Amino acid sequence: MALWDSVVGAAAARGGALIGPARAVPLASLARASCLGGRLEALQGRSVVVAIRDQLTAAIALLELDGVAKRMVLCTPDLSPEHLPHVARSAQADTWLGDASSGAPPAAAGLDFAVEADSEPVPLPHPADRTAYQLRTEWVLLTSGTTGAPKLVAHTASSLTSAFAGQRAEEGGAPVWSTFYDIRRYGGLQIYLRALLAGSLMLSSAGEATSDFLARAAAAGVTHISGTPSHWRKALMSGAAERFSPAYVRLSGEIADQGILDALRAAFPRAVVAHAFASTEAGVGFEVRDGQAGFPAALAGRTDGGVELDVSRGTLRIRSPGNASAYLGAGAPMLKDTEGFVDLGDRLELRDGRYYFVGRSGGIINVGGLKVHPEEVEAVINSHPLVRMSLVRSRRNPITGAVVAADVVLTDGAGAGREQTADERIRREILEACRATLAAHKVPALIRFVPALEMSASGKLVRPSA
Amino acid sequence: MAVRSTITTLFQEVAREQQRQLAPLTDDLKLLQCGLDSLSFALIVARLEDALGYDPFDTAESFPVTFGDFVRLYEARAA
Repeated sequence: MALWDSVVGAAAARGGALIGPARAVPLASLARASCLGGRLEALQGRSVVVAIRDQLTAAIALLELDGVAKRMVLCTPDLSPEHLPHVARSAQADTWLGDASSGAPPAAAGLDFAVEADSEPVPLPHPADRTAYQLRTEWVLLTSGTTGAPKLVAHTASSLTSAFAGQRAEEGGAPVWSTFYDIRRYGGLQIYLRALLAGSLMLSSAGEATSDFLARAAAAGVTHISGTPSHWRKALMSGAAERFSPAYVRLSGEIADQGILDALRAAFPRAVVAHAFASTEAGVGFEVRDGQAGFPAALAGRTDGGVELDVSRGTLRIRSPGNASAYLGAGAPMLKDTEGFVDLGDRLELRDGRYYFVGRSGGIINVGGLKVHPEEVEAVINSHPLVRMSLVRSRRNPITGAVVAADVVLTDGAGAGREQTADERIRREILEACRATLAAHKVPALIRFVPALEMSASGKLVRPSA
Repeated sequence: MAVRSTITTLFQEVAREQQRQLAPLTDDLKLLQCGLDSLSFALIVARLEDALGYDPFDTAESFPVTFGDFVRLYEARAA
């Protein structure tokens, strides 16, 4: 059954709305109104790049497109136009779905069919008849890749909802969900889909101040809210959390340390504070509600509920109906190992009956929920003529969880007859090169000149595991 | 006093690097209204740890809301 049928049909009895910064759209109203209108038929069976800028319009369009399109690619709002041709090609897309502010597709993307969504649902002459729209639409999410070009991760509505489909409604009426995330990222999409199936959703707004967002959440009666630990640290620093009293506070997307869990429990004494482990590729692994960092060792090896967690190789491997099916595109890596597990290299340490995350084996750095591949930053640093090699690593940080730090070996060796001022000049030049080509969160916060870097027997840089 | 001036200098340095307009740093200035974003605060805290040798956030019971709170958090550990 297409998502629309489970949501809009039931909404007449159950209620529920999508609440944007300027307007709210009752889900039941979508039985007689549409952002795609008569264009829906022409989108049937197509592979659609969904480039709609406005989050509320995109939320409605995704709901309408499920069951209609063969495939839809959810462009994140920060997707650089230069990556669109790669995205369109990898997804074998043939159609562009934009809105008034997204502009036309770049010619290089090769999308010859373009449709513009209406920003407001427009009343339909007849109630929507969707009996013909029963495709098993692929939902394609973008996640950051080693080279800077995004990776495409394929899901379906059923894999995306597997963590909560069939869950009994919570006591105390339909929840009003909200999330700091954009719904085109996995963490936000999870909340969007939960809200569609039971409750309402208040959307975040790009560029909105944290205190304004929380004031809006309080006014909209938000009961359930999610974000990364970095979102929550910012919320606590805003001072606006005092005027907001949700029943459920969720953290995901980064490691939740004990500090942020304790601070949230103190700030929201009546809320359940839960932290979840989830990723675009593996789906939701688990949710922990006991207020403690890490997760109980008993969760590993359990096979009930359809989610299997395996820790036998020192990293967390997940096999579940919530796993994505594949990476898309020519030469894309395998998403699952031979046993059908997804392993993103999240390393674990067992202490006193709990597993704690101790970093990524691939060295990926998570800066406030945004991934940084060390190789991408090293490539820029190494382009400086006086740099022989560099190692980019994670450094723990109480605000964003981690920041990027770089150890750099210069061609003449560290300090060998070089003035302090020369070091400063090189440091400045490296930083300028990084700022010119990399997103702000990827630019090293700290650069240290070192005499040498450790190499393995196979001649590779030895990367720290945490 | 040394702690405060180190903090003030770093706020100005990071604001310049991140090309952000920094509000005058008074004690009652709300941190989230000073013109810096989360990444800027992360840079300041990382560099303060290098400059002062400690990170008071690891034992802090509440997050600082104003610039004054932020300075006091670091001064309390220095004392």
